[in-house]
Amino acid sequence: MTDTTAQLPPAGTGRPPTPRAGGTSWRARTREGRFALALLAPSIIVVFGIVVYPILKTLYTSLFAVDTPFGGHFPWVGLDNYKFALQQSDFWSAILRTAYFTFLSTGFELVFGMGIALLLYAPLRGRWLFRTIVVLPWALPTIVNGAMWRYFFNAQYGVVNAALTQLGISSSYHAFLSSPFAALNIVVWADVWKNTSLVAFFLLAGLTTIPRDLYEAARVDGYGRWGSFVHITLPLLRPVIVVVLVLRTIEAFKVFDIIYVMTGGGPANGTQSIAFYTYQRAFSDEYFGYGSALAYLIVVFIMVLAIIYIRLLRSDNYGMA
Amino acid sequence: MRDSRRYRIAIHLAALAVSLVILAPFAWLIIASLSSQADLLKIPLSWIPSNLSFSRYSQIFSSASGTIFANFRASLVNSLIVASTTVVISMTVGVFGAYAFARLRFRGQRATLLLFLSTYMVPPIALVIPLYLIMVRLSLLNTRIGLIIVYCTFATPFVLWIMGNYFQTIPRELEDAARIDGCTRIGALFRVVLPLARPGLLSTMLFAFLIAWDEFLYALIFTSTTAAKTIPVAIAEFTGRYTTDFGLQAAGGILAAIPPVLIAVVFQRYIVGGLASGAVKG
Amino acid sequence: MPGEQKRTTRRGFITTTATASMGLYLAACGGSSSSSSSAGGASSSAATSSAAATSSASGPVTLNNLFQQQAGYSAADLAGMTKLFEQANPNIKVNNTLVAYEALHDKIVAAAPAGTYDVVLGDCIWPAEFGSKGIVQDISSEVKTLPTSQIFPGALVMADYKNKYYGMPWILDTKYMYANGSMLKKAGVSPSSLTTWDGVVTALKQIKAKGLVKYPWLGSWSQAEAVVCDYAQLLGAFGGKFLDASGKPAFQSGGGLKALEFMKMMLDQGLADPASTSSLEEDVLKAFAQGKIAMNLNWTFQLAASLDPKQSQVSKDNVMILRTPAGTAGGPAPGCNGGQPVMITHGTKHPKEAWEFVKFITSQNVQNQYVADSLPIWSASYDDPAVIKKAGKQLVSVAKTQLPNMILRPQVANYNAASQALQVQIQDALLGKKSPQDALNSAASAFSSQGPPA
Repeated sequence: MTDTTAQLPPAGTGRPPTPRAGGTSWRARTREGRFALALLAPSIIVVFGIVVYPILKTLYTSLFAVDTPFGGHFPWVGLDNYKFALQQSDFWSAILRTAYFTFLSTGFELVFGMGIALLLYAPLRGRWLFRTIVVLPWALPTIVNGAMWRYFFNAQYGVVNAALTQLGISSSYHAFLSSPFAALNIVVWADVWKNTSLVAFFLLAGLTTIPRDLYEAARVDGYGRWGSFVHITLPLLRPVIVVVLVLRTIEAFKVFDIIYVMTGGGPANGTQSIAFYTYQRAFSDEYFGYGSALAYLIVVFIMVLAIIYIRLLRSDNYGMA
Repeated sequence: MRDSRRYRIAIHLAALAVSLVILAPFAWLIIASLSSQADLLKIPLSWIPSNLSFSRYSQIFSSASGTIFANFRASLVNSLIVASTTVVISMTVGVFGAYAFARLRFRGQRATLLLFLSTYMVPPIALVIPLYLIMVRLSLLNTRIGLIIVYCTFATPFVLWIMGNYFQTIPRELEDAARIDGCTRIGALFRVVLPLARPGLLSTMLFAFLIAWDEFLYALIFTSTTAAKTIPVAIAEFTGRYTTDFGLQAAGGILAAIPPVLIAVVFQRYIVGGLASGAVKG
Repeated sequence: MPGEQKRTTRRGFITTTATASMGLYLAACGGSSSSSSSAGGASSSAATSSAAATSSASGPVTLNNLFQQQAGYSAADLAGMTKLFEQANPNIKVNNTLVAYEALHDKIVAAAPAGTYDVVLGDCIWPAEFGSKGIVQDISSEVKTLPTSQIFPGALVMADYKNKYYGMPWILDTKYMYANGSMLKKAGVSPSSLTTWDGVVTALKQIKAKGLVKYPWLGSWSQAEAVVCDYAQLLGAFGGKFLDASGKPAFQSGGGLKALEFMKMMLDQGLADPASTSSLEEDVLKAFAQGKIAMNLNWTFQLAASLDPKQSQVSKDNVMILRTPAGTAGGPAPGCNGGQPVMITHGTKHPKEAWEFVKFITSQNVQNQYVADSLPIWSASYDDPAVIKKAGKQLVSVAKTQLPNMILRPQVANYNAASQALQVQIQDALLGKKSPQDALNSAASAFSSQGPPA
């Protein structure tokens, strides 16, 4: 197949080719377009084939006052559900809490994940053992993870209380999960504990693509470990970091399972994330129109966050970021 | 050797610290699963309980069908099937699409990617009831296939996004070289790009496996019997209305963690095995 | 030209998406429009007669039911009842699905438009919500064919919403007061003094003064339905009401206010463990069973667990189960109604057979056979020697006096939202963030607030 791509890009950057002066022929681009379509068609079918109806239906539902799960005719309220949400202090509290959870957990996961990835990459004795250990939290189902930490922090017989008192750090048992703010932080910790290893493995995969000679060259230039980390590793890992950051942010903003299991949103709504708030309004209270509006507001928030990340940390990748 | 002694000690200590933070809860989980209820509630807590018993595990493995224990066994199988199939489908479909995003240029590229990613952004709670109706219409309720189809809808955008970005980090010259030698684009994809992307591929597979393995809300609503119940749902049923035997949840959790750990152990060598030498670039 | 290329790929893209999704859309849409037409009259009285309408099949009928894992009746009990039913009704086959309690409400709601289940088990706080939204059927006419005078009124009322019955009571439960007999003895407290809340407070002070335990009472006052149950009992004991005659909130004054102030007082005076605000019924049971508290309120399940030597360190003779205290001597002493009714869904295709099943499992005959796990709804059973033997004399004698006196949490269609608001406000008051009066005022406005457009 004759290739109409232009000159090769500078070595090692993986950048797409810069077009020639005259531009690539439209015939070639059409072929490329059709080819892209063929490659993307299965994904389109698998994803949109199923969810396009629910997504549209939920959007549609958010414009009506729907208070039963049945179909039928409901009064049109337009954007009233959205307006109501934005006026609720409960809504904004939940958003703030979710933002706190998201930034804290994603931040820790990135930092710890980076550290662990470096360790995984380092010449350790018994590397395979360490790698196996790092995988363990990831393998534990979220349901059990949540129940486990709730159990550990139990006010009457929790392990954490037992350890603190037996080590003499604390004189009595504390009800950690009784304080809304403490409970939120404990949920952050449970999330970080489980998900850091995933982030670590992703960053590890990124680390392995950095050629070692770059480090050699840096050493020759007089960079220490920290220097080469900051000037070589981090910049080259930036694409991977953006990917992981966007993904973990999306996941964290949608956080539901661990809250369902660990705290049920309490105490005093202290751990009520925006997705959990939506669940309560839509399912427990059966305000389906309102719940649908909330869901779309969540999507808007996440999208704004994602776009901010992508722009802030933009590498020069065309098309993707 | 550039690795000074201090460096080596430092990294081993760090690895030890990390291992402790990870293993300590697991150790207690194992102990809890083997302890009696009374032992777990003692104050001051004894770290190694007096009587260890494997009764919970034997209950799980030998109870007759119809009990929550038999349900758990069935759910292990269901979870394995659902998660593996989801990974296979979403990876296959996603890798092709990711290649399109990474290597080809076409109109509406950015918008399409954003569209896929936005389906991933929609919280599951928003789609439960309409999806439930679809499942009923297609007779997919309480079936593994139903779950697989639903899981693929959010695993695929995930794969597209990650693999798309990952493919971009692979230099084009290698592919171009292969194509100059007469390979088709697809051929180059399989012969050159995929082997190079193996670490990323495997990480993505593990990640996608976890998404399906862990998923709770859809499994809870769409499944009702052992025909399709997955592990999170089965473990959630270990709780009574007012009482929980945490030891039982711990036992279930440990058993549920074994398959993913095995898979990760098998694949972890491939994740780092590939390009460590960096022979390709430069 | 770029334009042409744009057209090609965009058109192709749109076509593929549209085709793929259209198929599914039509499949789903076609279904939902039929369910919408049938549900159009959901809230209207059209639903009331559908239970009586015949849909009996000449061939075998299969009922798909939704029950709860580890409800009062165990899974084995339910299986036993079902088998007896199938033997008595050879043309009806029954499949029971069991889920955790937390999932029960969500599954009923999600399944409602699809009519997946015929009979569902609910909580006593759901008939108002489900009945008003047409998720379950009004079966008043069927229920009235039963000798309802022989059922505890406190049981029947749980399925009553606006004078219609939306289910039949099946599981009966209330919170009793448990006491550690040896602690009472050591502190010189006589059980007869525990019939009023003042008496209980005096006893707790005595026990605390004796140094037997730091906090002699533990409440299940976590932000969950549990705290509303405890609050409800106190509200009833102090002669309060949740709603007044016109259905407006009345708990922010009188007995309702006293109840919350009482709970706060117990915390302030160190009688109730501060951990109460993060404890659930299970934690309370464990504390009692470990001998760490002297008294508490809890459901029936605590009795069996406290008597089980594998779970409890309190000896059998020292486990006391008593009636809940009254606010004033001789005044009302209701227990919080925690029963569970079985209901027939709106979307069932076999309402007649569903009713037969409901009638069967709630019948006196069947319930008497399974009393080990849950007590019957029929008052006569409590004098039946066989029942007393199986369920235990201690429980039956106190249940007999407690069950006729129960307080039901308010049957309002938006109970979940209102209860959530009440839970948060009660917690705020107990944690000292607000005065009890302010907290209840906020909760009252949530009860009657408009809520979102929906």
